[in-house]
Amino acid sequence: MSDAPLVSIKNLHANAGDTPILKGIDLELRPGEVHAIMGPNGSGKSTLSNVLVGKPGYEVTQGEVSFQGEDLVDMDPEIRARAGVFLAFQYPVEIPGVANNYFLRTAVNAVREHRGEDELDAIDFLTLLKEKMKLVEMPEDMMSRAINEGFSGGEKKRNEILQMLLLEPSFCILDETDSGLDIDALRIVANGVNQMRSPDRTMLVITHYQRLLDYIVPDHVHVLSGGRIVKSGDKSLALELEEKGYGWIDGVEEEGVA
Amino acid sequence: MAGVNPELEKLAKQDYKYGFVTDIEEDRVAPGLTEDVVRLISSKKNEPEWLLEYRLKAYRRFREMLQEEESHPEWAKVSYPRIDYDDIVYYSAPKQQKKIESLDDLDPELRETYDKLGISLLEQKRLNGIAVDAVFDSVSVATTFKAELEKHGIIFCSFSEAVENHPDLVKKYLGSVVPYSDNFFACLNAAVFSDGSFAYIPKGVRCPMELSTYFRINAAGTGQFERTLLIADDDAYVSYLEGCTAPQRDENQLHAAVVELVALDRAEIKYSTVQNWYPGDENGVGGIYNFVTKRGACRGHKSKISWTQVETGSAITWKYPSCLLIGDESVGEFYSVAMTNNKQQADTGTKMIHIGKNTSSTIISKGISAGHGDQSYRGLVRMGPKAHGARNYSQCDSLLMGDKCGAHTFPYLEASNPTATLEHEATTSKISDDQLFFCRQRGISEEDAISMIVNGFCKEVLRELPMEFAVEAQNLLSVSLEGAVG
Repeated sequence: MSDAPLVSIKNLHANAGDTPILKGIDLELRPGEVHAIMGPNGSGKSTLSNVLVGKPGYEVTQGEVSFQGEDLVDMDPEIRARAGVFLAFQYPVEIPGVANNYFLRTAVNAVREHRGEDELDAIDFLTLLKEKMKLVEMPEDMMSRAINEGFSGGEKKRNEILQMLLLEPSFCILDETDSGLDIDALRIVANGVNQMRSPDRTMLVITHYQRLLDYIVPDHVHVLSGGRIVKSGDKSLALELEEKGYGWIDGVEEEGVA
Repeated sequence: MAGVNPELEKLAKQDYKYGFVTDIEEDRVAPGLTEDVVRLISSKKNEPEWLLEYRLKAYRRFREMLQEEESHPEWAKVSYPRIDYDDIVYYSAPKQQKKIESLDDLDPELRETYDKLGISLLEQKRLNGIAVDAVFDSVSVATTFKAELEKHGIIFCSFSEAVENHPDLVKKYLGSVVPYSDNFFACLNAAVFSDGSFAYIPKGVRCPMELSTYFRINAAGTGQFERTLLIADDDAYVSYLEGCTAPQRDENQLHAAVVELVALDRAEIKYSTVQNWYPGDENGVGGIYNFVTKRGACRGHKSKISWTQVETGSAITWKYPSCLLIGDESVGEFYSVAMTNNKQQADTGTKMIHIGKNTSSTIISKGISAGHGDQSYRGLVRMGPKAHGARNYSQCDSLLMGDKCGAHTFPYLEASNPTATLEHEATTSKISDDQLFFCRQRGISEEDAISMIVNGFCKEVLRELPMEFAVEAQNLLSVSLEGAVG
């Protein structure tokens, strides 16, 4: 494990539309680490993930984010993606008419080109795809179907993890990947994520519930509230939150209370 | 978060690649529509008396139509000022030594023009086995592979040559599918048509190569009024392609063509169009008025006519390729992608007229609207009283980009036979910012994402095109979308 952070967030302030949401976030994510971000609704968890991937409509007003030593804020979203920043979406979109396998190959080749690697032809890609699909227990016929069209909630989330397995990003952000999953789907998704854990990869796991962290065990847990990180700890912090809620932490604006 | 997506914005600023003008001396008649002009066109072509009479009947009927309010085709959902028909040049042809004996004698300017358009008129540069009839303004300037086709008994030539060499066939079929009095623009065409393509596929012959016509409007102030007539005799098969471009000009130019197809017993005609007339600029200045009547008659038992069109050009498109399903068990198909961008307008669709027993038809229409583009699908499915067991399936999908464009669907269904089945489905969707962002987050550029989504939307139609054309159409859709090659 290297000591230089892969992702370094300093005093990050950001708006969603015109509303200030993030009010000074500091985080250092080192290769090999898994960080969990927890917090009540409206604390800024999804805004943080959207800002990190450069979603239009979110604006950094102060502070900085660097990735592999480079300024991330001014990079176009597709360039960030090719450089290795990946978001597993909370609500993956459907794209009718575009076959999953065609889409995935286009994405893989865009990333490979960025890395200076050769394009994968249809046959090589299929071999890779089949191997990765096994890891998330996806049936082959799902690949010729349109992206996420008619997929169940669990299938959509598995498809997200499949994309992550194929693109091999160095910085993986999982935005409430556990939401809407039954226990079997949760196990499959977590298994896929754990396959990706490696000494040169960082994961940021955003979740409401401790449940996911039973499967994806974090090195660090942070509590986000009111757009700031108000407490950090190890995995035991998540268990404590599960037991006691957020009310006992100083600075937490609890839902419906403030 | 809302606001205009920059890629979609770029759509409105596309360039038209085929907007150049060829500098060539043309023989043109003075503007205006008179009986003398009709006679002049006919005499320039040395036409027989019967054809002149046909033109004059049409001319007189058109004069009447001009006076009849209800004859003006103003029911379509497009808007433009009434055209001054005395302001149009009805005949303009490049001057060249009367008859060329071989393609090598073709004016180099013309050959160069077609080279620039990507159409080779040299047979040795055989373009994936496609025979081309090249129509330049009012005349056909060259037809390739005639000799090879003749070996199979296939006639493929300009309309004028067909009148000269095969008058019986022309006389028998001309106006038999689209009568001169059919509609306003068809009537005008019947009076002043100047050239076009003719093909006859004899009994039992499967045409060994694709036949195609490439239409080019070059001269300013002219209209193009061509006429295409294709006949597939019993058990014959032909696949025919049509492409079109025009120079970039600030004036609107009228293109009013008529296409007639006749399929006899068990014959099949596949007719594909990639229409890329100059669409006008981003403010709606200039562009072609594409007012075209296309109709096929499935006269024979088990005959089949299939229309596939990719319509990306023209300021205004008014066009309804149709099938008359007369023979029992005959089949009609219509596959269409229409794209309107900037200020383009399109009112397009089809008519499937079921007359014979157990006839069936399929309509797949995909409309894409961007910028301030406005388009309508207008389709009629009629099940006649004797159309026992007839079936139709229609699917009309619209894709909107941005929030200033429009898409409308006007299906007309008429069933006079209780055993007929009609199915109609329609959807409207938008390329959402979330879809684009999802693709970008996976490393795919925005323009590639748009092109992927648009091609995905159209693929049921694009796969109906012959291979060479499908690639061209895909590229054209991408180019029309933002200059990226898909």
